[in-house]
Amino acid sequence: MNIRILLTYLSRPSRYRGAVFTLGAFLLPVLLWCAVSYVPFIWHPMVKVENPGGVDYFTPGMLVDRSEFQDQMKEMRQAGKPLPVGVRANPIYLPAPHEVARALYTAFTTAPEQRDAPWLHQSLWHSIQVIFWGFVLSSVVGVPLGVLCGTYVTLSRLSEPFVEFFRYLPAPAFGALAVAVLGIYDGPKIAIIFIGTFFQQVLVIANTTRKLDTTILEAARTLGTRGWRLITHVVVPGILPDLYRDQRILLGWAWTYLIVAELIGTSSGITWFITQQARYQHFENVYAAIIIIGVIGFGSDLLFERIGRRLFPWDRTQERKSA
Amino acid sequence: MNEHTPTPTEALPGAGNGLPSYLEQSPAVRERFAQLQQRKVILEVRDLQKRYKSLQGETEALRNINFQVHRREFVCVIGPSGCGKSTLIRILAGLEKHTAGDVLLDGQPVTGPGRDRGMVFQGYSLFPWLTVKRNVMFGPLMNGHSRDSAEREARLWLDMVNLGKFADAYPHQLSGGMRQRVAIARALVNEPRILLMDEPFGALDAQTRAKMQRHLLKIWRNLDITVLFITHDLDEAIYLADRILVLKANPGEVQEVIEVPVPRPRSPEQFSTPEFRATKARLEALIHPPEAQGEEEAEGEDALPEKIIRFTNVGDNVE
Repeated sequence: MNIRILLTYLSRPSRYRGAVFTLGAFLLPVLLWCAVSYVPFIWHPMVKVENPGGVDYFTPGMLVDRSEFQDQMKEMRQAGKPLPVGVRANPIYLPAPHEVARALYTAFTTAPEQRDAPWLHQSLWHSIQVIFWGFVLSSVVGVPLGVLCGTYVTLSRLSEPFVEFFRYLPAPAFGALAVAVLGIYDGPKIAIIFIGTFFQQVLVIANTTRKLDTTILEAARTLGTRGWRLITHVVVPGILPDLYRDQRILLGWAWTYLIVAELIGTSSGITWFITQQARYQHFENVYAAIIIIGVIGFGSDLLFERIGRRLFPWDRTQERKSA
Repeated sequence: MNEHTPTPTEALPGAGNGLPSYLEQSPAVRERFAQLQQRKVILEVRDLQKRYKSLQGETEALRNINFQVHRREFVCVIGPSGCGKSTLIRILAGLEKHTAGDVLLDGQPVTGPGRDRGMVFQGYSLFPWLTVKRNVMFGPLMNGHSRDSAEREARLWLDMVNLGKFADAYPHQLSGGMRQRVAIARALVNEPRILLMDEPFGALDAQTRAKMQRHLLKIWRNLDITVLFITHDLDEAIYLADRILVLKANPGEVQEVIEVPVPRPRSPEQFSTPEFRATKARLEALIHPPEAQGEEEAEGEDALPEKIIRFTNVGDNVE
């Protein structure tokens, strides 16, 4: 059909342009990071000692403040002792891109320092499971409740004030309580993600439901639809693309609660990995883990967006976005 | 008709500019109306009243509305903005409750929306998540038809509105006129007793609108369907209607029921016939009364300001 040919023709150049922008969006911060790491006169507030010279407390490989290094140079010069030699360096908490890039690989291949501790991929899998269950449990209750609140004014009046109140309570505040009730393993972590997601979810989805065009509902009623079928055959399909978008945003929200959730009880998952690596000052691994979280979150969202396009071919918001 | 009997002086407008009175009917037209009156009354509205509470206090949207619509009659409702014509049709559809009076469809009071009254809305009311065919199948499926029979009916009605080829398109892929044709098919597939149309062509461009009007008349001629059609377009009302219900605003009341003297079958050429022009002159006189015009223009919300700030260079005149 003509329309389809036109659409594919139009979408091709714009998709290409979109990819360029996406690439640029990532390239800019990476370039900045490279500049700070590899151009010695940008920042580099430390000096890495290569030869301690006459300074007794310097050791090769040691990082010292630049001012301190200069003081020592002066002292040594006055004392007539051999001068220390060093190169300008960044602090240990800012590894260079290539170190982090290497860590992205080695973090997966290096055995954990403690023998019974999980490998990185096991930690990640554990985190994903916690997110999954927290989000699924929240959605099972939150989505239907949100849709009902958006449809029936009485129900929304009855439930929303409390939900509104509860959503201002920071989810981590319930950490200790969750541990007392649910033990120290995954229970309280899933509970924190649930609390962090659920109350926003009810409000967001109720709002989305309320935005459904009333003409569509009225049209359905004049066609003989009533009661429960209005919800199942009109409201739900009518809001589905928006509901799906809401869920994608809420899932991102759930990820932000992950780190806090995993600190509760026995530290686990990716958070455990990060805290362990930071303890051993393997900051390149810390960065690698943070990047992996980002990749999983962003990647899954891209995937869900693609799936959404397939699922809702009638959704025009997407057309507007890609045009 | 008992609503309003025009006095001889009222019947005069138009006489001055060489037009016949809009009350004059050719024998064929008179015969047609006599036949129409013999037909069964499908819709009867008795002493209908609608009040609602707003911030400004209680407003009376409709007062003492009385009229009947006979089987296979085409009735247009016309009136200035704010006369409650949309409220009226929404009450007839069962989407709003009236405060007093009766709405009877085949003698039975209307209590809520139902498939016996099809409705076509001004805005796009198609279900965006369903293809054109599925949109039309919606009614039959909701009313317990099997998928097969619903699909068969949908195909039939899509052919009727000449959209068979677009059965698998989504509404957003269609033009405005096509969408309204789907909406008409979707309403008609339920075989309603009456088709309620709330300014269905109001959002269309002039050309498409003319085409849709012709199409609608064609459908109406070939079906056992009664139509109540709301519009604010005088030409549209005269072109389509057997009778025109003229409402006035604040409160909404029936001002006059005009029997359109333009013979059927209708065609766009009739726009310039004396009967057509006489009827239009009468409608104009009713909706924009000449004596009130001066005051209204000065005070009304739509009045133009006396002076407009000039944003062009001095001497750069277009008139």
